[in-house]
Amino acid sequence: MSDDIFERVKKVVVDQLTVEPSEVLPESSLQDDLQADSLDLVELMIGMEEEFDVKIDDEAAQSIKTVQDAVDFISRNAS
Amino acid sequence: MSGDGLKTVLVTGGVRGIGRACAVALGGPGRAVYVTHSNPESPGVSQTLDCLRAAGTDFCEAQCWCAEDSVEAEARIRGIVEARGRLDVLVNNAGIIRDGISVRLSDEDFRRIVEVDLFSVFSLCRAAARHMLKARSGRIINMSSVVAFTGNPGQANYSAAKAGVAGLTRTLALEYASRGVTVNAVAPGFIDTDMTRAIPAKASEALLYRIPLGRMGEPEEVAAAVAFLASDAAGYITGQTIHVNGGMYM
Repeated sequence: MSDDIFERVKKVVVDQLTVEPSEVLPESSLQDDLQADSLDLVELMIGMEEEFDVKIDDEAAQSIKTVQDAVDFISRNAS
Repeated sequence: MSGDGLKTVLVTGGVRGIGRACAVALGGPGRAVYVTHSNPESPGVSQTLDCLRAAGTDFCEAQCWCAEDSVEAEARIRGIVEARGRLDVLVNNAGIIRDGISVRLSDEDFRRIVEVDLFSVFSLCRAAARHMLKARSGRIINMSSVVAFTGNPGQANYSAAKAGVAGLTRTLALEYASRGVTVNAVAPGFIDTDMTRAIPAKASEALLYRIPLGRMGEPEEVAAAVAFLASDAAGYITGQTIHVNGGMYM
């Protein structure tokens, strides 16, 4: 289940940040490792909201620093 | 999501005055043009659609809704993007006035103008930006006003809202620039529309003295600036306000 979520999160991240799939690891920091700027982060959250049909509020968005953070949030909140 | 390759344009308040002129200027072959209005009975609805069809516009549609309801604005924008596969140009033109000398201006009249003339612009820009940022292209053109820059007795609410539009435009231009989305404003002066025809004759005459070019502007003269900002030729212009006012404010 969470492997599947990881792959889908990875796809959103790869599409949004135009990075190589091999660069996207669970521990990758969106900002430091994957070079996401503030607008990228907003677009990533929108992309994940659409992919998983979840609502990521501002507080949750702030707490998502790494790819694994996103996977964990979605595991907890996606229906 | 469908897509027929038509460059897709949305003009709010697009069946009368400046908005209609903008819709027509942005129409033509290869274009899909959506206009919004607030009154299904308005003869402007069919007149505008006739003008657009006569200009060879491939697709045009008039929709009755207001953007101050941000949930509706978002749903409408999504509907357009789902139908056409894209949204290339947003012209935030819809606006209303409720004039009165500030000491007698009611809370309701101030709040209402800010809601319709400023908040609606934000609400539509936010909804459209989601798609434009993803597409890495898009043009947003917001209607400000000369009174945002000069002030105008009796328009504390309108001038504040329109100055707000100019500020909003600059911030959005900064936020979206890295994604190839430009955001500009056009500030019309005294243009011959239903809105200015409501000005009493005496006040209107006094206003003409303040216009170096000595006449009112035509809606098409504002639309020409909007069409330029929406064109490929304007790709390096963002965060600007273009004044179309006969020299009334420089």
